[in-house]
Amino acid sequence: MEKINEMHIKFLSKSSNESFARVIIAAFASQMDPTLEEITDIKTAVSEAVTNAIIHGYEDRIGYVEMSAYIYPGKLVIEVSDKGKGIEDIQKACQPLYTSKPELERSGMGFTVMETFMDKVEVVSGINQGTTVKMIKYIKNSKDKRS
Amino acid sequence: MVSLKGELDHHTAKQVREHIDKKLEDPTIKNIIMDIKGLNFMDSSGIGVLIGRYKIISNRGGMLGVININSHIDRIFQMSGIYKLIKVYDQLDQALKDMGGY
Repeated sequence: MEKINEMHIKFLSKSSNESFARVIIAAFASQMDPTLEEITDIKTAVSEAVTNAIIHGYEDRIGYVEMSAYIYPGKLVIEVSDKGKGIEDIQKACQPLYTSKPELERSGMGFTVMETFMDKVEVVSGINQGTTVKMIKYIKNSKDKRS
Repeated sequence: MVSLKGELDHHTAKQVREHIDKKLEDPTIKNIIMDIKGLNFMDSSGIGVLIGRYKIISNRGGMLGVININSHIDRIFQMSGIYKLIKVYDQLDQALKDMGGY
């Protein structure tokens, strides 16, 4: 499938960058003419992925979170990566209500939200190498703007 | 009664949590009603905040009610199963009546 557009950004794992990442992805995806609901779905999924990178990937230290997005006809692909500690058991991490940090009042719903709001979610992780979450959203009435 | 405005994510959750918990130091407060009309974004961090406050208030025998839920937040509430814990009302007066208010 022909790639129409792409973007890459890199920012520090500070919680104030969660809203920054949401605004960026919403602005980039807007060229596909998504509905308000689709935009909210994408923003929420990105918010979860970036929050996971900050809280779980880097825990208390500061590192870089990278976000890439690719636009294909009718399809948006988003990747959120960290170079943090990685996930030992991805299946367990993706279970609804599972959290490794209950003391932080985490609900354990991050991956469930991503999987519900996006059409496809893939997680690749290596211990002490980091985690990449790849998410795909099909935009139903997207307009191909190739310029 | 707490009104939430803006965006509730991991970054803002700490502030919201501290603000509400400070009020809850008053032991005469039994129930909480959250008006989320002005909340234009929430992710799963918001669920964590609500469950945490629910635990405090339910230990006192109180209830947590939420009013003015939009469709986005409704979907997150549904997938989290939080509807088993909290009460949702359309109007403030219904919430007050049901929660033994005035």
